[in-house]
Amino acid sequence: MPEELLKIEDLRTVFRTEAGTARAVDGVGFTVGRGETVGLVGESGCGKSVTALSIMRLVTDPPGRIEGGSILFEGRDLLGLSEKEMRKVRGNEISIIFQEPLSSLNPVFTCGEQIREAVALHQKLGRRASKKKAIEMLRLVRIPDPEKRYGSYPHQMSGGMRQRVMIAMALSCQPKLLIADEPSTALDVSVQAQIIELLAELSAGRDMAVLLITHDLAVVAQIANRVVVMYAGAVVEESPVVELFDSPAHPYTKGLIDSLPRLGQRLERLPMIPGNVPDPFDLPEGCRFSDRCRARFEKCATEPPLFDLSGGRLARCWLCEGGGG
Amino acid sequence: MARYFAGRLGQSILLVWLVLTITFFLLHLAPGDPMARYDDPEMDPETVEMMRRQFGLDRSVPEQYARWISNFARGNFGISLRYNRPVSELLARAVPNTLRLTVVALAVYIILGVALGVTSAARKNSLFDRVGTLAALIVYSIPSFWLALMLIMLFSLKLGWLPSSHMQSIDAASLGALELFRNRAAHLVLPAFVLGVASAAGMARYMRGSMLDELRCDYVRTARAKGLSEGAVLMKHAFRNAAIPIMTIVGLSIPFLLGGSVVTEKIFSWPGMGSLMVESIFTRDYPVVLAINFIVSVMVILGNLLADLGYALLDPRIAYSGEGGER
Repeated sequence: MPEELLKIEDLRTVFRTEAGTARAVDGVGFTVGRGETVGLVGESGCGKSVTALSIMRLVTDPPGRIEGGSILFEGRDLLGLSEKEMRKVRGNEISIIFQEPLSSLNPVFTCGEQIREAVALHQKLGRRASKKKAIEMLRLVRIPDPEKRYGSYPHQMSGGMRQRVMIAMALSCQPKLLIADEPSTALDVSVQAQIIELLAELSAGRDMAVLLITHDLAVVAQIANRVVVMYAGAVVEESPVVELFDSPAHPYTKGLIDSLPRLGQRLERLPMIPGNVPDPFDLPEGCRFSDRCRARFEKCATEPPLFDLSGGRLARCWLCEGGGG
Repeated sequence: MARYFAGRLGQSILLVWLVLTITFFLLHLAPGDPMARYDDPEMDPETVEMMRRQFGLDRSVPEQYARWISNFARGNFGISLRYNRPVSELLARAVPNTLRLTVVALAVYIILGVALGVTSAARKNSLFDRVGTLAALIVYSIPSFWLALMLIMLFSLKLGWLPSSHMQSIDAASLGALELFRNRAAHLVLPAFVLGVASAAGMARYMRGSMLDELRCDYVRTARAKGLSEGAVLMKHAFRNAAIPIMTIVGLSIPFLLGGSVVTEKIFSWPGMGSLMVESIFTRDYPVVLAINFIVSVMVILGNLLADLGYALLDPRIAYSGEGGER
C-alpha cells in the first residue's frame, strides 16, 4: 500500500432545492495513495462527480453545500482552507479534467492561452516562459505541430485533441493528484482508448495519483490499481482491481460486472440490474440497494456498515458480515 | 470578410434610399406648407409666389422628388427653406454638437450599464442586486423629459451646481482654454446623463442576464479549477463571452440614443441636430428634415455594421465569409 495522499472521511454534500434536500454524497470515505490510480465507479447520479467537485471545493453553492466530513490532502484538511489557500491547491496540487472538453474550454481564448494562464498563475512565469512551457505541454500530450496549435481555438480542434488540451492544462503544474471525471465518455470510441492510454502513461511517468471517475468498468480494468464502487451517494465496495473482477463481494458490483459484454460468451441479451437508482431526495431505509437486490433478506432493513474483508477489500453488505464473501 | 461587408454596403445604400423616399412622400402628404409662415397680411403675395417658384414648390410632388433626389445623389443637400442657406452649412454646425452629446451619452450608457450589470451578476440575489434591479426598472420607466426637468430643478435651480442649458456660458469667449473646457464639460453633464441613463438601465439588465448565462457554463468551472481568482474568472473568462451579445445591443441602441437626443436637445437648448430636426419639421423645412434623416439612417446602419465587426473581433467562431469555423 503506497503512502496516503488523499483521505476522504465521512464526506457529506447536499443540494438544497425547492423540492427538498438531495443527499448526493452521503458519508463517503476512501483513500488514494501517492502515485496510485483509483477508479471511482457507479451509475450516473450516484454522487461520483459531486465527490470530485467536493474535493476541489467547486460545488456550486447555492444549491450545493458540503455539510460535513474531511478531505485530507497530504494531511491538510481541504475543507478547512480559506478560499485563497484553496486557489493555490486547484490546478497546482490537484487538477481536474471534465467529461465534455468542448464546453469545458473557453470558446474565445486559444487553447494555448488557456494552458499558459495556469502555468503563469502557479509557477509565476512571465509571458514568454509560460508560453514555452504551454507548447511543451502540448507536445507532451502528443498534439502534432504544437507551436501552430498553440494559437488554435477550441472549435478548430477535434474532440480527442480538445481532451488532450485539457490534460495538458491539468498536468501543466505537475499536480500530485489528477481527478479525471469521465475523461473519455464524450469521445468517439476509437479515441477513448487513446486518451485513457495517454493518461495511464503520463501518470506513471510523473508519479501522479489519478482518481478516475467513470461508469465504464472496462476503462477501470485497463488502468486502475484499486476500485471504489459508489451507489446512491455511498461507497458500497472497495477492492484492488483484480480481486474485484474475480470475486465481487457486493451484489451491486456483481450486477455491474455481469452486465459487461464478454469475449467468447454468447448471450441473447446482457443481464441487467432491475429497477432504478433511488431518489436522492428520498433515500430508502436500510440498505440503499435492497429494493433492487436479488439476495435481499431480513437484515437488509437496517443499513449495513462497510465490512472489512481483509486484503484491502471492503463491502457494505450483510452477506459479508464476519468476513464471508 | 471584405466581401461580406461589401454586400452589406450595397444593402445599406438601398435601405437609405428607401428611408429617404418614404420620408419625402410622408412629408409632402402631411398637411402644412413651408410657406405657411408668410401667411401675413403685411406680406406681398407676389413675393411669396416668387419664393414658391424659386424653391420649386409650385411643381408636382413627383417632379419635386425627381429634382431633389438627383441633387441629393450628387451630394447637394439643397437650400433650407427657412434660413435660405445651404443645408450643408446648417448641418456642419449642428452635427458636431450632437456627436459630442451622443458620444458622451454612449460612454455613460456603456460604462454605467456594464459596471452595474456585471456587479449584479457577480453578487446575484444580494442587496446590491435587488436594489439595482428595482432602480434599473424605475429609471427605465421614467420618461426622459421628466427626468431632465427634475434634474434641472435639483442641480441647476436648487443646488446651483450645474448649468441648465446650452453648450457653454454666454461669456465663454472670454475664458481661457482650460476654463472653457471645464465650462463645456459642466454643460454636458446633465444632458449626457439624461440621454445615457435610461439605456444604461436596460443595458445593466442585459449585461446581468448575459453574465449569469456565462457563469453557468462549464468553462467557468474549468477556470476556477485552474485556481484563478474570482475576479479573473469573471472579468477575463465570463465577461469576454458575455460581451458578445451585448455588442448587438449597443449597435441597436444607437438609433434610440439619436432619437432620444431630439427630446434631450430640445429641453437643454442644445444646438444640435435634434433641435434642428424638431424646428424643421414644424416649419416644413423639407430639405433639412431629409438631410437629417439621411445622417441618422447612415449612423444607424454604421452602428449595426460596427456591432457585426465587433462580433467577429470578440468571437473567433464567427467567420463572415465561410472560411474556417466548424460551428
